[in-house]
Amino acid sequence: MKLTEIVVEDAIVPSLAGAERDDVLRELVQALIAAGKLSADDEEQIVTRLLDRERRGSTGFGRGVAVPHVKHDAVESIVAAVGLSQKGVDFAAMDKKPVYSIVLLVSPDDRPEEHLQAMEAIFASLSKEDFRRELRQAESREAIVTLLGEADSQHLAG
Amino acid sequence: MSERCTIEVTIINTLGLHARPAMEFADIAGGYQSSVSVKKDGIDPIDGKSIMHIMLLAATKGTALEITAEGPDAEACCAALKALVEAGFNED
Repeated sequence: MKLTEIVVEDAIVPSLAGAERDDVLRELVQALIAAGKLSADDEEQIVTRLLDRERRGSTGFGRGVAVPHVKHDAVESIVAAVGLSQKGVDFAAMDKKPVYSIVLLVSPDDRPEEHLQAMEAIFASLSKEDFRRELRQAESREAIVTLLGEADSQHLAG
Repeated sequence: MSERCTIEVTIINTLGLHARPAMEFADIAGGYQSSVSVKKDGIDPIDGKSIMHIMLLAATKGTALEITAEGPDAEACCAALKALVEAGFNED
């Protein structure tokens, strides 16, 4: 699965306004709504489920990245938003360090295989130090899209 | 004395090896001194103590995995991981 296929370009937020985890999650859900991928009617429920998920175990997997995710029947295919925080956000991450890059994933309810493939595509890139550094330093939506495209070609080649 | 053990397991829970079970797997593996690697057909072995790496397996229900532990407590580590996977990570 390609990152450029799941990340919604209009839901890339190069500079998140929120400083707290809960605000940032809402901001990214709203970005997906603004991009036309989610309905505003589902905002509360999706945000609530994302927060529940974080409370059961942080998706801050360490090294400054978090991948909050939720399954919801509001989507028919996987959609993801990407947000960057300059100051860092406390996600209660496993390594206790702030999170600078967030990939928020909404998967359909009934397709666990696709969800795993999307997570694989995301971690194939996020597990690389170079990618994490370049993503964190990206300053525009265009720069992030380019980076995701490069990551896709490396992933498929590798 | 260093031990080495290799076991084969199959993912049986409906949702597969998604983030929560991956976390549990890495947690248990991390509790042992032994190194843990996990191999799926066609891809290079990954570090079984890293959640990010475990997610690279994209191990759906029915996927066979080969787990290798190496170190002073390898046997115990294999047994614990086998039990976890075979219990379907207590899901379903």
